[in-house]
Amino acid sequence: MTATETDTGAAPAPAPERPTRSAGKAAYAWLRRTDTGSSTFSVAVTAVLLVVLFGAGTLRYENFGYPQVALNLLVDNAHLIVLAVGMTFVILTGGIDLSSGAVVALSTVIAASLLEKGWAAPLVIVLVLAVGTLLGWAMGAAVHHLQLQPFIVTLAGMFLARGLCFVISEPSIPIRDDLFTGLAQDVIELPGNTYLTYGVVIALVVVAVAVYVLHRTRFGRTVYAIGGNEQSAGLMGLAVGRTKVAVYAISGFCSALGGLLFSLYILSGWSLHAIGMELDAIAAVVIGGTLLTGGSGLVVGSLLGVLVLGTIQSLISFDGGLSSWWTKITIGVLLLVFVVVQRLSTRSKP
Amino acid sequence: MPETPTDQRHRRRLDTSSPVVWAAAALLVLLVFNAVVNPGFFSLRIQDGHLFGSPVDVLKNVAPTLLIAVGMTLVIATRGIDLSVGAVLAISGAVSFTIIDGSPDPTSAGTAAVAIGTALAVGLVLGAWNGFLVSVVGIQPIIATLVLMTAGRGLAMLVTDGQIITAENPAFDWLGGGFVLGLPAQVVLTLLVLLVVAALTRRTALGTLIEAVGTNPEAARLAGVRSRSITWTVYVFVAFTAAVAGLMTNANVSAADANRAGLFIELDAILAVVIGGTSLAGGRYSLTGTVLGALILQTLTTTTLTMGLPDEYVRLFKAVVIIAVFLLQAPRIRAALGRRRRSARTTTSPAVPLPPTTGDDARPLSPTATEPATVPTTEPAGERTAEPATASTTDQGALR
Repeated sequence: MTATETDTGAAPAPAPERPTRSAGKAAYAWLRRTDTGSSTFSVAVTAVLLVVLFGAGTLRYENFGYPQVALNLLVDNAHLIVLAVGMTFVILTGGIDLSSGAVVALSTVIAASLLEKGWAAPLVIVLVLAVGTLLGWAMGAAVHHLQLQPFIVTLAGMFLARGLCFVISEPSIPIRDDLFTGLAQDVIELPGNTYLTYGVVIALVVVAVAVYVLHRTRFGRTVYAIGGNEQSAGLMGLAVGRTKVAVYAISGFCSALGGLLFSLYILSGWSLHAIGMELDAIAAVVIGGTLLTGGSGLVVGSLLGVLVLGTIQSLISFDGGLSSWWTKITIGVLLLVFVVVQRLSTRSKP
Repeated sequence: MPETPTDQRHRRRLDTSSPVVWAAAALLVLLVFNAVVNPGFFSLRIQDGHLFGSPVDVLKNVAPTLLIAVGMTLVIATRGIDLSVGAVLAISGAVSFTIIDGSPDPTSAGTAAVAIGTALAVGLVLGAWNGFLVSVVGIQPIIATLVLMTAGRGLAMLVTDGQIITAENPAFDWLGGGFVLGLPAQVVLTLLVLLVVAALTRRTALGTLIEAVGTNPEAARLAGVRSRSITWTVYVFVAFTAAVAGLMTNANVSAADANRAGLFIELDAILAVVIGGTSLAGGRYSLTGTVLGALILQTLTTTTLTMGLPDEYVRLFKAVVIIAVFLLQAPRIRAALGRRRRSARTTTSPAVPLPPTTGDDARPLSPTATEPATVPTTEPAGERTAEPATASTTDQGALR
């Protein structure tokens, strides 16, 4: 926290005019310099923030330091991690996906209603993932081929997915399938009397795959190139259209997978699940250091962003005296700090 | 941002198939559908000197969304967007009700004046904050306002301490359920704001300046337009409209619910603007289109409800109509339409129906029409207006 605060505090002063070589100017210059080259700096800031937040919690609340509290960050946010990974792909190309929260709800509803009808669990899982991917693909196609704005297309997708939820089932449906409840309740014992759920393993695998795809494949480099400058990417002969559509399909897939993890976590399907979760995912991505204009950012940052959000939530629930709405306010303030720092560190020379 | 068509191309489109025409056509289809399925839809009656009936109901329920959409039109015209209006709406309602609830004389007109004044002032401050982030700090509008969207509801709950505050104040309740010349006060207020904005932006150079900022802020600045002040002003204005809408919606139910008031109204307002043909790319806007867009969304909601369908279907229909309208407006499809029209100019009319090539996605304008003609319920809408204190949380599409 301290690092970011000094940055914002010092940096705005010298921006308009540069009278003398002040400490503020030095800080600003440093901020500009550190941006050059990589987004690892932003990710480092997020990591420091996470450590500081967690350290503060450990000092302030006596049980906060237990390893299981840290692991619970992963357990409670596995679905959000997967969502944020999908969102990172989209945001890296300079787009946005507002539909992911609704797709999560749709996935839980489809899964729960089909399981209730006695479908086999593996079939249900495949179907849910297919529906999510298809919806994402359709939105991507609309964005690229019809040249509609991602914001509006995914907004329509959000309405569509939520509407479909209600059509399938209005009341909440419990999930009693053996595979689902088994996956939900079985834990992986770790040394030190701690545990992780299978959902966490899946989420971490998704992160690993995403890192590999973004940094070790042609597709990943095209994603960054499109975010940097779509026209240039096209002129370089990169498969802009295919990649853009694929990115939304990936986000749809991740939303569906996140929905499955969420249904493991909550063991029910309900059309009003996950309202506003897309905003949490976007916030996590931004806090993780990904630029909303696209082209710069790391998946690991999004993972850390989710953990920061999770830490804030546990801090507030540990405190007990703070009401739940402080979560929203804190996330808003954090978002602001990060966005302002990003803005200052990427400001083009006046 | 996708590239906009060149000026000449757009000019020619305006003559034949401007987005506003499509929006008007969609609204007309909806209205005709209503007239056929539910003959009572257009019946108006006068009760206690006030007008009642489905059309009035539509107008009344559209008022808050339309009001915000008018502000949003100007923001979008400057190539911006404001996601925080729902939060501002909630804060405005929370502030006004907390003041009325906490005052020694909760029913006096003076209290109402203080409450309204404070709520509007808070709205202006929040708008100034957004405008500051966008125009001075230079943060992307969608993110700058996302900050307040996230934190705003938390702030509203901080004000109300997480409670739903109820209060009765005759002067304040007039905003929600009052009448002027037989029309609901909300409708009259919204019309007033609309007329003022139309006059200010279309009868003076202001509208052109706003469009100039949206087209290219830097070029506008070099040409002597004070783009920074204009950008700032539109964000203050949209927050102001959101604050007024907050007073309206909360007065309508005589309660301030920080958690749910105005939930998703920002999306409805943005949709209304975009359906009306104002591109998110900025630089050009149409207030008429916005009015049509807001009316389409609300008519859709009212239609669904008067047909006796559960209001959960509203979202689905909305999605379908939105997709249809956007497909019609999509540059590529319109270009294809234009080509067809040019090649067969002698025979086709401007409002040419979709060519079959656009496939099944383009059909959705009609799903409402293909819906089985359910038994029209006896105008629950009109009765709902008669007792505004209880019902209208659900019939304002935006709250769902």
